Amino acid sequence: MSDDIRLRIAERAARELRPGEVVNLGIGIPNLIPGMLEEDTEVFLHTENGLLGVGPRPLAGDFDPDLIDAAKQPVTALAGASYFDSATSFAMIRGGHLDVAVLGALEVSAAGDIANWAVPGKDVLGVGGAMDLVVGARRVIVTMTATSSRGEPKVVAECKYPLTAAGVVDVIVTELSVFRRRDGQLHLTELLDGATLDDVAAVTTAPYLVSLEESHAR
Amino acid sequence: MTVRGVISATEAVGRVRSGDTVMVGGFGLVGAPLTLLDALVEHSDATDLTIVSNNIGEPGRGLGKLLRQGRIRRGISSYFTSNPEAVAAVNEGRIEATLVPQGTFAEAIRAGGAGIGGFYTPVGAGTLLAVGKEEREIGGVRHVLEEPIHADVALVYAARADALGNLWYRRTARNFNPLMAAAATITIAEAGEVVPVGALEPESVVTPHLYVDYLVERG
Repeated sequence: MSDDIRLRIAERAARELRPGEVVNLGIGIPNLIPGMLEEDTEVFLHTENGLLGVGPRPLAGDFDPDLIDAAKQPVTALAGASYFDSATSFAMIRGGHLDVAVLGALEVSAAGDIANWAVPGKDVLGVGGAMDLVVGARRVIVTMTATSSRGEPKVVAECKYPLTAAGVVDVIVTELSVFRRRDGQLHLTELLDGATLDDVAAVTTAPYLVSLEESHAR
Repeated sequence: MTVRGVISATEAVGRVRSGDTVMVGGFGLVGAPLTLLDALVEHSDATDLTIVSNNIGEPGRGLGKLLRQGRIRRGISSYFTSNPEAVAAVNEGRIEATLVPQGTFAEAIRAGGAGIGGFYTPVGAGTLLAVGKEEREIGGVRHVLEEPIHADVALVYAARADALGNLWYRRTARNFNPLMAAAATITIAEAGEVVPVGALEPESVVTPHLYVDYLVERG
């Protein structure tokens, strides 16, 4: 996946966040979002390993070995931050106190199922906090390419990979489009960067309604 | 038990016996009791261990050293993948793996220390990780029944301890340590520094000393 595609997906996903929201960002594309937020969109970033108020990456040489995010990368903490243990962190997550979780996926189904932790045949030995996050967060936004590296659709009728959870995804942002789940159905609400309805149809095996809305592009 | 002074890491890890279930604090290596782990590797023969830790160290670091010695029989973790050697050990049948969602893992340890016999969580319902587990619908939502996790020994790290064994943690090095400190029969705390009784503000104590049995200084 090119850097350009990743940045475009992150930029569009960033516009889904509203000022004041408490947000958990997964590894990969979601972590590009903080750099894309508009100045009037202050959000509070939570990391599962026990920090609310995640700040930007530290400057080189300013790395605190006790201050990392869920990807085990160095971060800073903003004024007003707090630290807590892992059970408390996941109580926040599971108890519905996070407004948004943004994460990647292998597949998302029309029913809002998400598969993003295991590929059969590869080592199925790590799940981390993904299952908790998608169940607990009030809104789940998936950021992913429309197709896999082998050209297979990722917005599918039914997931073939092991599920992270069923029926949890609210918004899908790919490089081609935005899908939203409403009333048990998947709606194509926006085409991105010159993509056409045919472009999306060619790579989507999930059934969906076309419900184009005014673009959020600025 | 009551902490009676600071002891050496070598003496402390003598409390670990072969076949024990050992909880090890840390998220990756951050907040991991590295001095205790080195002592376990270098000055203990205890083997056939069940390790309860979010990760199994990194290749040649932290729990990764114990793994290389072949002394781990089973790992209970949310993420083996951060140590490829642990993944290889599982795939080659050298260690058993129990994979648990991280929130369930944390809550199960908390429950273990809190006398809770079991708890229902919606996390994992309908996934591979709920296979074989009892399920119940509560409020119209499928929940999985999870059991608490107890250990024979917990090895935890705290940036600061007082001489009684009250513990204070620094930043994201806290993670699983306070939970594990409560959930084991014997808790050994490695402290970055040990301060006199009274030097920790009572409101800042995260792990009250009643949980802590042995105190070791890092280094």
